Amino acid sequence: MFKSKTFSSKMVDIILIIILVVIAITCILPLWYTLALSLSSKSAAAAGAVGLWPVDFNFNSYQQLLQDSQFFKSFWISVQRVVLGAGLNFIIVPLMAYPLSKTVKDFKGRNVLMWTLIFTMLFNGGLIPLYLTIKAYGLMNSIWALVLVGGAQTIVFNIILTINFFRNLPSSLEEAALVDGAGPWYILTKVFIPLSVPVLATISLFSIVYHWNEFLYGLIFMTREEFYPLQTYIQQLVVSVDPSTMTEDQYKRLSELSNRTLDAAKIFIAMIPVLLVYPFLQRYFIHGITLGSVKE
Amino acid sequence: MRTKGFAKHYYLMLLPGFIWLILFSIVPMFGIVIAFQNYNPGLGVFGSEFVGLETFRYMFELNDTMNVFFNTIYIAIMKIVGNLIVPLVFALMLNEVRYMGLKRSIQTIVYLPHFLSWVILGGVLLDIFAYGGPINQLLAMFGIDPVLFFGRADLFPFLVVGSDVWKEFGFNTIIYLAALTGINPALYEAASIDGASRLRLLWHVTLPGIRTTAVLLAVLSLGNVLNAGFDQIFNLYNPLVYSSGDIIDTWVYRAGLLNLQYELATAVGLLKSVAGFMLISLSYYLAYRFTNYRIF
Repeated sequence: MFKSKTFSSKMVDIILIIILVVIAITCILPLWYTLALSLSSKSAAAAGAVGLWPVDFNFNSYQQLLQDSQFFKSFWISVQRVVLGAGLNFIIVPLMAYPLSKTVKDFKGRNVLMWTLIFTMLFNGGLIPLYLTIKAYGLMNSIWALVLVGGAQTIVFNIILTINFFRNLPSSLEEAALVDGAGPWYILTKVFIPLSVPVLATISLFSIVYHWNEFLYGLIFMTREEFYPLQTYIQQLVVSVDPSTMTEDQYKRLSELSNRTLDAAKIFIAMIPVLLVYPFLQRYFIHGITLGSVKE
Repeated sequence: MRTKGFAKHYYLMLLPGFIWLILFSIVPMFGIVIAFQNYNPGLGVFGSEFVGLETFRYMFELNDTMNVFFNTIYIAIMKIVGNLIVPLVFALMLNEVRYMGLKRSIQTIVYLPHFLSWVILGGVLLDIFAYGGPINQLLAMFGIDPVLFFGRADLFPFLVVGSDVWKEFGFNTIIYLAALTGINPALYEAASIDGASRLRLLWHVTLPGIRTTAVLLAVLSLGNVLNAGFDQIFNLYNPLVYSSGDIIDTWVYRAGLLNLQYELATAVGLLKSVAGFMLISLSYYLAYRFTNYRIF
């Protein structure tokens, strides 16, 4: 790449970098603020004295959080949900993507099945029919409602991503395996899957993040708080307001009354798992998305 | 190739996934009949009386629904425009940075908000924009009276759009950056030997190089005109801003699951699903026609 070394060009570079750094900082500042808030005293938080540094630094809200048994119950439900959901996703997606990556010549039913799949992604019955179906299945208050409903809605996108990746693998690899007498199961597990680390890491990240972040199905399929996944628990406690009518003063007071430092601690702890997996999988998802060539 | 007899294995591979999708995506679609019934939970879908299009007639008579449709489209269109332009501009700026370490760090940071849930970010944003929060403290330094940001119907759509663009611009940049790395460096060399300035390179090499990607994303985003973002609005709104912030999805949730108007909520949801399906199909078709891009 060329490098121009004129003075004005250097000035442009510096201004550009400053702008970009400022923008990047705005992306973590809110998270930083939440951390600072959670480490401040209640009175400082209520008085709005907390800025970028904790005021009256203490761990009180985290100690208080340790006594909240529902928080840990919900945390554990979310962990189970992520393991089951991402695990199922990891098994089913390559299993479906492999046959569907074949051409109609090799697999006659391919197009009909593919379009059925896409139809389930683009069209749905809506919230009420879904709710009534799950109720009829007897899955209310079951973790399987969370795992299977959410999974069914995200799996097709992951399958498409994987199909596109499979199709970009050199076909000579499969031909060589065929010549050696390999069957479809062998080709999938010993040739395709080992070569698909970027896309499999990508769909796993998407699935983990989805199941960790999803809150609505916890809210509608769980009738008792003890079955809430973490995000639903936080949503009910921190974010939700009584959906009856409300005046401005009531709304103002609501934000003053809530225990802001404790809420901030909960929010911050709920962020940690994503903050932990994300850096490890980052190099894969960029690769996975661009190579899977699904542009969404 | 020796793939004869593979088809039965292919069907076997697809079986578990299809059972999953049939039970959790396709069966709920049949619940749509509720929209054409006088639904009685005691009698269920099979026992309730059919009333034809009665519910739809009632729906169009409500002022509420018209307002909700308008809010949805208004917010969604602003989001689409913001989510197309901001990532493009950001990618172009980032592309000019030649210090790879700095570039990578900025990228890592700006992708992050995409992976946090709206429950988390809702909690964080409500705190930051609270009546006594840091934004109002900052405004106070300039002598501006505190604003009840998330309690003002006139501001709410803009806060929603702004925070959505803020959350997603980094992630949306990935596609543009991939397109930018696809531009042949020889074009830049040739142009700069001919004496092109940086601005001219941007105009004559970079922009034409990513034109197809930009057009493609614009066309594909058409399918989202009815998706204003349930998770986000559900976690940010309150009764004070229903007039400008209530969208189809949040309204369906309240009408259906809180007020138990099953038929009405299903009818509105159905209308959204059908219209959304047609819009997405159209946008995918246009993407194929204009940019020869196939998703499946």
